[in-house]
Amino acid sequence: MIWVAVLGCAVGCYLLKLAGMSVPESWLANPVLRRTADLLPVVLLAALAAVQVLVSPGPDGPELSIDARLAGLAAAVVALLLRAPFIVVVFVAALTAALLRL
Amino acid sequence: MALDASRAIVRDGIAVGIATGAYGLSFGAISVAAGLDVWQSCALSLLVFTGASQFALVGVIGAGGAPALAAVSGLLLGTRNTLYGLKVAPMLGWRGWRRGAAAHLLIDESTAMSVTRTTREHARVGFLSTGISIFVLWNLATLAGALAGDSLGDPRTYGLDAAVGGAFLALLWPRLDSTRNRVAAVLGAAVALCVVPFTPSGVPVLAASVVAVGMALMARDDQPVVES
Repeated sequence: MIWVAVLGCAVGCYLLKLAGMSVPESWLANPVLRRTADLLPVVLLAALAAVQVLVSPGPDGPELSIDARLAGLAAAVVALLLRAPFIVVVFVAALTAALLRL
Repeated sequence: MALDASRAIVRDGIAVGIATGAYGLSFGAISVAAGLDVWQSCALSLLVFTGASQFALVGVIGAGGAPALAAVSGLLLGTRNTLYGLKVAPMLGWRGWRRGAAAHLLIDESTAMSVTRTTREHARVGFLSTGISIFVLWNLATLAGALAGDSLGDPRTYGLDAAVGGAFLALLWPRLDSTRNRVAAVLGAAVALCVVPFTPSGVPVLAASVVAVGMALMARDDQPVVES
């Protein structure tokens, strides 16, 4: 099933890229469509970060929980404020959580 | 003179490629920690080749979401490449198989390194040097990261679950450049967390996309959104 997701996402993402390079710019003149496409990455990345850090598998399905991951995210914020490069931000988040779990 | 300028653009493109390729390492490690195998991780970097979508797909699978929901999350994040294509296609001016091949390299960085150019020649050099160097390094780094991640034990011991959150935040950070985007981010996270107790894994992230649609509908054309 994971392979189906990998290949489906690959075909879809390629078609999204190709569509952008193939249709005239006026096709996306609709301002609501354009603003939605503009806001989607912001909203989805924020949701992904929140869910990744604050949700755990519970006895009755996923549930909210606070643990070392939140400290990792806080450390990532500090690294970003210090303008650290991507790989450093990721490493700092992992290291903080790992140290707290020792 | 023209050759010098092209050389400088190629140099910049390769520099961006090295910087971006390096975080392919973290993608590879995070992907196997999420439960994909080395081949699946490499296939994502080879065939999907757009970082945020790849991170989204493995993030949702790692959290126990259905693979179909993971794929849809990746696709929704891939829609921004359509916007990039609209911008760069007239500048690059490729048709036929060249356009088909160039489309695979259409990502944040190749767009950024070509839209600022003043001539078609320079736009093409910027697009290709950035796109190709990232493609090569991103894939090599994914393989290295996946093999390294595979040889580690429980990913939680190394904080790899926290690393995924850090990766999403780092991808989000440069986009928090306006009040509108910051509000959208807070609302998106809030909506996702609110539906967590009531929905299976993978759904909360997709539910957050209603925030994008809602805010797009409410913004008024005659009144541009205030940028801070």
